[in-house]
Order: sequence, then C-alpha cells, then structure tokens
Amino acid sequence: MLTKRIIPCLDIKDGRTVKGINFVELRDAGDPVALAKLYSAQGADELVFLDITATVDKRKTLVDLVTQVAKEVRIPFTVGGGIASLQDVYALLAAGADKISINSAAVKTPQLIDQLAKEFGSQCIVVAIDSRCSDGVDLVYTHGGRTGTSFQSKDWAKELADRGAGEILLTSMDQDGTKEGFALELTAEISSDLPIPVIASGGAGSMIHFKEVFTTGKADAALAASIFHFKEIGISELKMYLEEEGVVVRN
Amino acid sequence: MKIALIKYNAGNVQSVLYALARLGVDAELTDDPEKICSADRVIFPGQGEASSAMAYLRERNLDQVIREVKQPFLGVCLGLQLLCTHSEENDTTCLGIFPQLVKRFIPSASGQEKVPHVGWNSLENLVDNPLIKDLPDAKYMYYVHSYYATLGEGTIASTQYIHDFTAILHRNNYWAIQAHPEKSSTLGEKLLENFLALPST
Repeated sequence: MLTKRIIPCLDIKDGRTVKGINFVELRDAGDPVALAKLYSAQGADELVFLDITATVDKRKTLVDLVTQVAKEVRIPFTVGGGIASLQDVYALLAAGADKISINSAAVKTPQLIDQLAKEFGSQCIVVAIDSRCSDGVDLVYTHGGRTGTSFQSKDWAKELADRGAGEILLTSMDQDGTKEGFALELTAEISSDLPIPVIASGGAGSMIHFKEVFTTGKADAALAASIFHFKEIGISELKMYLEEEGVVVRN
Repeated sequence: MKIALIKYNAGNVQSVLYALARLGVDAELTDDPEKICSADRVIFPGQGEASSAMAYLRERNLDQVIREVKQPFLGVCLGLQLLCTHSEENDTTCLGIFPQLVKRFIPSASGQEKVPHVGWNSLENLVDNPLIKDLPDAKYMYYVHSYYATLGEGTIASTQYIHDFTAILHRNNYWAIQAHPEKSSTLGEKLLENFLALPST
C-alpha cells in the first residue's frame, strides 16, 4: 500500500542550516548534508530544503549544496526558496534535486507553472501555498508570508493542479509555530478537492497531530521542522506510533 | 566493471550516476551504440514522456541496439515502460521486450487515490530471482509515475495502487523496475547491488 510520508524541512542560508538545531550526534549541526543523512537514516521519507539566502550571488552555494545532497542522500528531496525562472529550475534539477518548490513566482506569473510542468514534467513541480485566514476566508500570502493577495487558497490550489503542478505544499500561517496541530479543516478541504497530493505544513507539536492530519486532514504527507530539529519527536518513534494507530507508513 | 547509461534526454539521470558512485562503480552516460554494446552492464534510466523518448531512440538506432544487447540490462521507471509492447502515453509503440501494456492510472471513484502515484509503496508477490534476493524486510520503494505496466509473463514483483501493477520485470538478460532504486534508500541500493552482481553474459 502507498504510505503516508513524513518530511523534515531544513531552512538553508548561505549553504548552512539555520534555526536552532539540537543534535548531539552531529559534529556540526549546521551542515545540511550531515543532517539530511541523519534524517534519512531515521526513516524520513523525503526532505525539503528551503533556501532563505537573500542575495542572488550566493545562490550558487545552493547548487553546490544540492550536488552534495544528491551525492550522499538516498531518498528524494525538494528544493525551494526564491525560484523564479526555468533557468533556476534547470540548474537545481541538473545538480540532482528531485523536485523544486515554487511559491511567490507562481502567484506573480501563474503561466510559469504550465511552462515548468511542460519542460520538466509535473512530477518534479511542487507549488507551495502559504495560507492565512482573514475574516473567515483562507487567502494566499507570498514573500515568506509578508505580502497578502486576493487569491482564495482553495481556488488557487485548484488552478495550480489544472496548470500542471505535481504536488501542493500547503502551509497554514495561522498554525505555523503554534505547535497546536495542523490546519485540519483547510487541509481536508483542499486535499479532497484535488487530484494531486497535498503536503500539510505548519503547527506540528505532537505525534497525535500527525495522525490527525493524515486521517481528518486527508493529507498525503506531513512536513515539520523544529520538532524534528529539537528532537521533541524522533522520526522512527513517530512512525511506530502512526503504525500502531493504523496509519500506513514506511517502517 | 564498465557500465553504460543510455542517454536519451531523460530526467533524473544524475541521481542514478550518484547511486552507482555510492556503490563504488563509475558509469558512462552515452548514446554511442559501440559503447553500449561493449559495456558489462547497461542501464536504461529515466523520467519523461514515452513518444518523444521512443522517437529519440529510433533517430539514433538505439531501439535496435537495445533489442540486441546480450549483457545484463536494467530499465528504470520510463525505462521499464519503454521495454513493454505499447504505451497509452501518446499511443506509443515501444520496444516489445516484454509483452506488458502500459496504461494510465484512472483515479479511483472515491477520489482517495490520486494520480500520479507518488511516494513509498511496497513490493508484493515476489518471485525467486537474483535481482530481488536478500532484500531487507521492509520492501518499500519510491514511486513517481502516472502510467503503469500491466501484470503478465515476466512480472517478478507487483505493487498495489488502485489495482495491482507490475513493479519488477525479468526476461532473459533484461530486468526492469518501475520505482526508483536510486531514491529508495537501503532497499534500492540492494537492488542495484544485486544487478551489478549478476553473472556477466
């Protein structure tokens, strides 16, 4: 049976992981390749690297990092952050990324999704939606959540699927960082409406939250960062729990 | 050991090269028939679209070369589909090494199962075969595909998604895998290792 996926997310700045990471077994916790290998060994199903490097000239560092990860890590990984053109995507895929994730550029130029899907295949195009609820309406935000749009998250997700996106990475900004659980209603609404997989993100704080997002939330995959980085939840322990709870995972 | 990776503008080739490098072997990406025929192993990797891939192979006479190779040959993902007889993807006549047909997944009526089939799924109904011997207990592989090969003669493992389909094929010196061994952790590595350990012909 197809399993539900657990995806740790690593924030990258100038080729190093940022945000606190608490791993005693790593000599250098800032090294993304070492962390990626560790998560892979613990049973992570995929990895996401989100580049938050501000300057264009430092982007070359990202391509170098992707090459290193591709050489050493035996599970699929997605790279996102600041991707805006076919050239950006080409460089990352050629370096060995399995998928790319785009966000702001897709909102600015929706046709880019069609072009990317046609050029590289839908299977490697993940589109990220940052969603925030405002007066009862879930709206799309861009630029790391700083810029609002008038797009309704549900409609936008449908349009992305029609344009050839392969997966949707749905982050609830309302839940993100709260550790109170994923946005179950929003995730379920979007996931049941779409013919493509949905990766839920934002709000993971305990193991039961993952169970909820796979059952009530109907997510195909769940992404989290800090609870894994700070070892509040171990990936293998999480997967054992999910299996006991009847969620099909790769153990 | 000389390994030829058939070059036909398929995606994801780099990952296969890296996976082989992790096993300590260098492979050459090539569309030169001589190099392909003189290699100890041939790998036909890929992600992409069936009709344009077949057109590329025919233009370079690689379709004939692939039918004639004698050494152990491994098709991966699109590589498996192209070794079958026909693909529904743009109504493409394929290489016909295997009698299987390649069809598009039709999403289940419940809408529970989406297309493409993306993620880790298990190998089932394994037949005794040197490619799939001594595998770890958890037999999950990483899949990304919208088309699948039907079950039939030569199917040595199946996977269930919406219905059963062919996961792994074997006939004579040809083997093929629908999932991505280069991305399938310990299990994928073991499959590649087994392929490299097959007796040379």
